Amino acid sequence: MELYELTAHNLHELLRKREVSSLEITESVFKRIEAVENSVHCYMTLMKDIALEKARIADKIIRNNNNFNPLTGIPIAIKDNMCIEGTLTTCSSKILRNFIPPYDATVIGKLKEVNAVFVGKTNMDEFAMGSSTENSGFFTTLNPWDLERIPGGSSGGSAASVAADESIMALGSDTGGSIRQPASLCGVVGMKPTYGRVSRYGLVAFASSLDQIGPLCKDVTDSALLMNVICGYDKCDSTSLNYPVPDFTKVLGKEIKGLRIGYPKECFIKGINKDVKESIEAGLKKLESLGAKILEITLPHTEYAVAVYYIIATAEASSNLARYDGAQYGYRNAEADNIVEMYSKSRAEGFGKEVKRRIMLGTYVLSAGYFDAYYLKALKVRTLIKNDFDKAFEKCDVIVTPVSPTAAFKVGEKMQDPLQMYLSDIFTISINLAGIPGLSIPCGFTGNNLPIGMQLLAKPLDEEKIFQVAYAFEQATDYHKKKPVID
Amino acid sequence: MEFEPVIGLEVHSELSTDSKIFCGCSTKFGAEPNTQMCPVCMGLPGVLPVLNKKALEYSVRIALALNCQITEFTGFDRKNYYYPDLPKNYQISQQYNCLGRNGYVKINVNGVEKKIGINNVHLEEDAGKLLHPEIPGADYSLVDLNRTGVPLIEIVSEPDMRGLDEMMAYMVTLKNLLQYIEVSDCKMQEGSLRFEINVSIRPKGSKELGKKVEIKNLNSMKIAMKSAEYEINRQSKILAKGSEVEQETRLWDDEKFVTKAMRSKEESKDYRYFPEPDLVTIHITKEWQEEIRRNLPELQLAKKERFAQQYQIPEYDAEVITQNKANAVFYEQVVESCGNPKEASNWMMKEVFKYLDKEDVEDPNFILKPGQLANLIIEIDKHIVTRNMAKEIFDTMVETGKDPKEIIREQGLVQITDENQIREVARKIIQANPGPVKDYKGGKEKSLGFLVGQIMKETKGKANPELVNKILKDELAK
Amino acid sequence: MKITKDEVRHISLLSRLLFTDEEIEAFSKDLNSILEYVSKISELNTENVEPTSHPLPLMNVMRDDVVRPSLDVEKVLQNAPDKEDNCFKVPKIIQ
Repeated sequence: MELYELTAHNLHELLRKREVSSLEITESVFKRIEAVENSVHCYMTLMKDIALEKARIADKIIRNNNNFNPLTGIPIAIKDNMCIEGTLTTCSSKILRNFIPPYDATVIGKLKEVNAVFVGKTNMDEFAMGSSTENSGFFTTLNPWDLERIPGGSSGGSAASVAADESIMALGSDTGGSIRQPASLCGVVGMKPTYGRVSRYGLVAFASSLDQIGPLCKDVTDSALLMNVICGYDKCDSTSLNYPVPDFTKVLGKEIKGLRIGYPKECFIKGINKDVKESIEAGLKKLESLGAKILEITLPHTEYAVAVYYIIATAEASSNLARYDGAQYGYRNAEADNIVEMYSKSRAEGFGKEVKRRIMLGTYVLSAGYFDAYYLKALKVRTLIKNDFDKAFEKCDVIVTPVSPTAAFKVGEKMQDPLQMYLSDIFTISINLAGIPGLSIPCGFTGNNLPIGMQLLAKPLDEEKIFQVAYAFEQATDYHKKKPVID
Repeated sequence: MEFEPVIGLEVHSELSTDSKIFCGCSTKFGAEPNTQMCPVCMGLPGVLPVLNKKALEYSVRIALALNCQITEFTGFDRKNYYYPDLPKNYQISQQYNCLGRNGYVKINVNGVEKKIGINNVHLEEDAGKLLHPEIPGADYSLVDLNRTGVPLIEIVSEPDMRGLDEMMAYMVTLKNLLQYIEVSDCKMQEGSLRFEINVSIRPKGSKELGKKVEIKNLNSMKIAMKSAEYEINRQSKILAKGSEVEQETRLWDDEKFVTKAMRSKEESKDYRYFPEPDLVTIHITKEWQEEIRRNLPELQLAKKERFAQQYQIPEYDAEVITQNKANAVFYEQVVESCGNPKEASNWMMKEVFKYLDKEDVEDPNFILKPGQLANLIIEIDKHIVTRNMAKEIFDTMVETGKDPKEIIREQGLVQITDENQIREVARKIIQANPGPVKDYKGGKEKSLGFLVGQIMKETKGKANPELVNKILKDELAK
Repeated sequence: MKITKDEVRHISLLSRLLFTDEEIEAFSKDLNSILEYVSKISELNTENVEPTSHPLPLMNVMRDDVVRPSLDVEKVLQNAPDKEDNCFKVPKIIQ
């Protein structure tokens, strides 16, 4: 087996035993990148020189210490909406095509502290707006399982890099499903933590009350290890939770006998792919066989979640993206005669269609005369959605749902009708509205060998329950061991 | 038809915290452009604000001093608009839950007291500065963002002012108040205090409000007054013709002395306010409010009453001296050093204020040091110099910055109290002025004054006036 | 609820986005279809429901009034499309 095929916890063992070096691991990953990147297109920016340097530093630390963090010396890919000082950070947008941040995101600082190795910045839907990575301002990443299909989005580049072994693990961001859905479509594990668990400082904002950074990894153990590093209170983020971070690996291996698993009846929707439905049902059966109790629950306001999301998220985004005007940084149309023209042309030329669409929608729902009917109303329905989860978690410990109604679709298939694309977020979106944690774990394949993911949800701050159930499921199955064959 | 003006003011005051409202950059005035910036106040992609606790506390101080109801659960909202001095193209401000509401301030115009309503007090961040290059015909502007993120308090009055006097009284009262509670240095020339006025006209006796015009770009109280006066006239003329006043924003042109409409038509101000998702609710508990109230520096009214009581000076004097905090502090420092509050008060009211007026400054420390005045009073009390002599010494002190003792020594200004010496001069003057002496002896009291004057002239003002009077009368009686 | 082309133009001005007539047409269609969909929330009775703008019940997050070092002016301007005299340079602003 090649080093790039291994998980972080495997590699950590080898590093501890001095059987390999971080430099070897990093070089192996870059060898893999050379082989398949031209087919998959995960990366906006590769950081090879920096990576090799960091690997050498990691090796020094490993040589001089017996105890070092499991992420030390491990190559990790970073979605291109997180600021790394001195490195291009584009959010896959033309408007930031030359932007170099003078500061590190907090999570980057945490990864630097444990001497992880940055492989590069991954491709994404522009400003995290999208579910297929087709909205990238530069190119589309392809699904390693079928290069004619999309990897999901908006963290498509990160998910594909892990699935294709072009990184050992990756960071993504999730606003309406942008970690979980690509994880599901690429057959990897992806988690969105409780809102506030991971600092947003340095994450380029899309929708401030919904965004969270989270891990995309080859298995549950790696996810727990990455969560251990990135979680924690940050005084630079006023929405950061000041709660202790447990060692998430401690629950891995705990039995799930007696745990109550709820399955919302609203998930039996039209348009859910047959293979997906069967995989979820099989997944529930597997959990039952491991001792969990399965019961039906209800989340009555599920059908309104997409509507609420596209009002709140676009409203916040329309304001968050106002700063991209060519004045202090980013793309500027230099021919403009006056400032209004400079703003309007720079933004029109720098932003892609989907971004513009959402800015327009967001501006509209906040505008005079419409604020009450749309924005304020949506905030109230958000309360109802949150309350649904509160009530449901009185009856169960973990909720299971599908992640996506379909497996990966073909490039271009859903680009004609934006509404179609939005509706595919039906299972993931309400989780961000409620602020609860959620994880996607591989639970099957379609007839044509496309991955299917199962979503696990828990109460705020209860990621441990999720990890406990996910690990038990993973160890009782072998979906996580399958890898795509990339020509 | 008679019109009455209806005036409301929006006052912006920069709070005197050390660091900015949402980040740790310095708020010091006068730094080189763009040297007090960080990713947060620059509005770079990915940054987040964290509220400065002192800014919040200063704001509550202001709201309490303005008799506002404090909003127990307050929060921030985004005000969305595009301008190059606003890097995020939104300003973090307050709209829905302003921290102070429904307050008032008492003003005094020609002895008549009136309450001016305060609609709200809210906290927000300041924007940067646009610099226009000196080169004529330059087609660009320069942006200095140092000022972005300086904490700003906005005080919005009700349209309760009915004339220029009331407007002036309000501006002065508010400024003194802000300085009194030590939340702002209120330096208009540095932009830490800014006024915007809303002026409308209506027929006298009418209850309805006319179309209001907002006037910006007012760099001093004088200019604010001039522009209000101009605008009242302008609107009166329009209404007198039977036309309508256009509701708009105008700028004061300090060269042509007119208000003029803004060149770029502002689109209807749709700021699309919504709750700031990056900041959380602030719960201003009753206990916290009490703590802030307890820690309020002594306000003007209390200080005035204390001065009158503690220093036994007339209430009028106490009122004038405590008009602004700098005066009051100076006065107390003088009293502390010389121990003569009545004398100190006289000197404040006459000589010090005369200079403040002349130099157009507020703080007596710009004229002289408290120690100088205190020492001068001590010399008077010791009868080393007379009050008349002291007046001249005062002028010299101001001019040279020297201590009175030094001036007295240098100019040999010691008072003459030797009775023999005075008697000698008195006799000399009596001899030289037989006419006035005869007049005095004939009952003309005025002539005594003339003779005293002659003695003072002869002694270069150094003779002790009481002794001169006594000895002269004595000699004339002979 | 139909959004007119004029409203779309107005929104595009508020958003500082310059569109061609074709784009205005296309956006009008898109926005109408999306707005029609999201309007379904009006079906719900939300009387007596408090709005949620923050998913967490956090309060009183504040920091002390302490000055921290600022960025070097070179770093502040390093991404500036146009600059002069240590300032950002933009087309002339007339008031």
